[in-house]
Order: sequence, then C-alpha cells, then structure tokens
Amino acid sequence: MFCERAMELVRELHRVDQEDGLRQVLEEMKALYEQNQSDVNEAKSGGRSDLIPTIKFRHCSLLRNQRCTVAYLYDRLLRIRALRWECGSVLPSALRFHMSAEEMEWFNHYKKSLATYMRSLGGDEGLDITQDMKPPKSLYIEVRCLKDYGEFEVDDGTSVLLKKNSQHFLPRWKCEQLIRQGILEHVLS
Amino acid sequence: MTEELDLSGQDSDAGSEEVVLTPAELIDRLEQAWMNEKFAPELLENKSEIVECVMEQLQHMEENLRRAKKGDLKVSIHQMEMERIRFVLSSYLRCRLMKIEKFFPHVLEKEKTRRDGEPSSLSPEEFAFAREYMVNTETYLKNVALKHMPPNLQKVDLLRAVPKPDLDSYVFLRVKERQENILVEPETDEQRDYVIDLEEGSQHLIRYKTIAPLVASGAVQLI
Repeated sequence: MFCERAMELVRELHRVDQEDGLRQVLEEMKALYEQNQSDVNEAKSGGRSDLIPTIKFRHCSLLRNQRCTVAYLYDRLLRIRALRWECGSVLPSALRFHMSAEEMEWFNHYKKSLATYMRSLGGDEGLDITQDMKPPKSLYIEVRCLKDYGEFEVDDGTSVLLKKNSQHFLPRWKCEQLIRQGILEHVLS
Repeated sequence: MTEELDLSGQDSDAGSEEVVLTPAELIDRLEQAWMNEKFAPELLENKSEIVECVMEQLQHMEENLRRAKKGDLKVSIHQMEMERIRFVLSSYLRCRLMKIEKFFPHVLEKEKTRRDGEPSSLSPEEFAFAREYMVNTETYLKNVALKHMPPNLQKVDLLRAVPKPDLDSYVFLRVKERQENILVEPETDEQRDYVIDLEEGSQHLIRYKTIAPLVASGAVQLI
C-alpha cells in the first residue's frame, strides 16, 4: 500500500533520526507522480478514461505523503523550538548530533528572532522571558550541587565553591539557569 | 512608592485618554491581562502600554534597591515583589509568544486584513517575530522536502494546514460590568438561540466565542 513509509514517519515521531525514511517517501512520491504523468497523457491522447480513478487514487496518495512529511518535519521543529526554552541558546552536543544542518539553521534563526524580540521589551537589555518560568515562592532556596562546577559569584561580590554534593542557600533567580542545566538541584525540605 | 504612572495610549491622535494609574493599579491591570491571555483560546489585543509601564516600574524598583542599605528588611520584600512582577510579566509575554507561534499563519492573516483604526493583536515587535517565524519555517520546509516533491505539490497552504484557535472552547469568567441580552448560539441543531443577562460579580462557564468582545472591552474577566 502506498504511504506506508510516510505513515511510519509519523507513527515513529519519537524516534530521533529518520532521514532515510524521508528519502524513501520522496522517492515514492516521485514514482507515483511519474506514473500519473504517463497515465494522464494516455488518458488524454489515447482516450483511456478508465485510467482516471487510478490517477485520482495516486494523487490522493501524493497528497497524503506530502501531509505526513510536512507533519513529521514540523513536529521535529517544534521539539527543537522546545529545546531553546529548556536548554538555553547553546545546545548540548549530544542533541546537535541528531539534528540536520537545516534544522540547526532553523534553530539559529529562531533564537536570533527571539533574542531580538526580548531585547525590544524595554529597559537597557530588555527582558529575558526564558527565565522566571515558575512563580517565585521565596527569595532564597536550598540547593545541592550535583556536579563539580567551581566558583560561582553571588550578589555583592562574594562567591561560593560549587562542589559535588555541597549544599548552599542561594538567591533563587541566580540558580534557575544552573538548575535547568542539571548542575544544581533544588532541595525541598 | 506612591508616584503615579502615566499610562497613555500609543496613538494620541486616535483620541485615547491618558489614564494615570498608581503602581498598584498598574500591577492589577497586568495581572488581569495575564489571566485573560492565559485562559483565552486566541491571541488577545496587545497591551504594550502596560508592558512598557511595568518595565519602567521594574527599573525604578531596581534603582531604588541599588541605593538602599544592604540587609534592610525592606530590600528583601521589594526584591520578592520585583520577582513576582517579573514572573507575571514574563509569563504573560511567553503566553502570547506561544499563541503567536501556534497560530502563526492565522495571526499574520488577521493582521494583514485588519482595517485601519482597529486595534492590533500584535505589537510591532511581535509582528516582526511572527513574520520571521513564518519565513524561517517556510524556508526550512521548502529546502528539506517541498522542493524535492513533484511540481504540483511544492506548496503547502499553511492557513489550511495549521489549525485555527478553537473559539468554541469553554472558559470560566467573572462579570465585572453587568451585561444584558447576550445572545447564546446553540451548539446542536436541536437547541435554539437564547438570551442571558450577566449579573455583576457572577461567575460563569461559557463558550469563549459568545463573550469574546466582552473580554476585549473589560466587561468580564477570565479566571
């Protein structure tokens, strides 16, 4: 049956790497189109109107292939977009490995667009709306260090040494970024 | 913190009034805009005047804090207040960006067909962001797939491919100004139109489409 590969692309959206699948769908589309081309010519010049249902059927398959492909690609873009909001503007190399060059380009354009927008929000540097993701409960929070990080500067110049398993009482907004990166862990007593 | 803030509309020749708000009233307005935006299924009218004033307010607060004595209890309290305001503002703007991205072809189409004098849903910066998002996505789809497809399939009508916001979704609201004779359209063929009155202070669960203009005018608050 046609469109099997395309359906599989959509079904397996959670799988990371499907370039092969995409190529196969595009090949199927080319084959279907060429068959249709020749049949349309036959139908027109040879008066073979019995070919018309097949032509229509192939056209539907083509449309479905297009739809599945676009849905698959767009879904990947949405996940990449989510990465900007979760991981920040520098992606971990493990993730970058699974992204195509065009996806990286889309990501770079997106983050530039977002940065321009945030800067325009007024004040000296605008407002970084990728911070403050949760309502603040308290000014300071208890955090545990999950990995060795080194010196970390807090307000008024003092700095803290973030060593694995050390615990600290730090300003919440300063820790947000490190918590998201997995370096610190919020200790809820 | 008793200075009053000037909240003037963006085009003064459109005859919008200059409203002077206290900081508390401004934050109130921000929270109302935030809740409305969170619960409405579509992108609401942009409130960039409120955003600008809140940003100014935050800057004032930050300057005051820098000059204050360290260790003063007031400093902690003001810092908390600043963090709360920053959270609400960020959340509000994030919500708008998410809707812009989710419905981008429709948002841009609406802006294109907007008549002069009608208020825009997008600030100029949001419009630029939306346009860039569209171009970025279209270029990507074209280069990765569409240009490799047969000639008659190289275009995708994004207005049809991307779903529209569901204006029939239900929302909770509280009535701020009494409304009479609101026409409620039937959901199914067996029902008929009927008319309701909305009493001030009452709360309702109702289809968004029915009360959308009341959200815009401020007569109801989504909760």
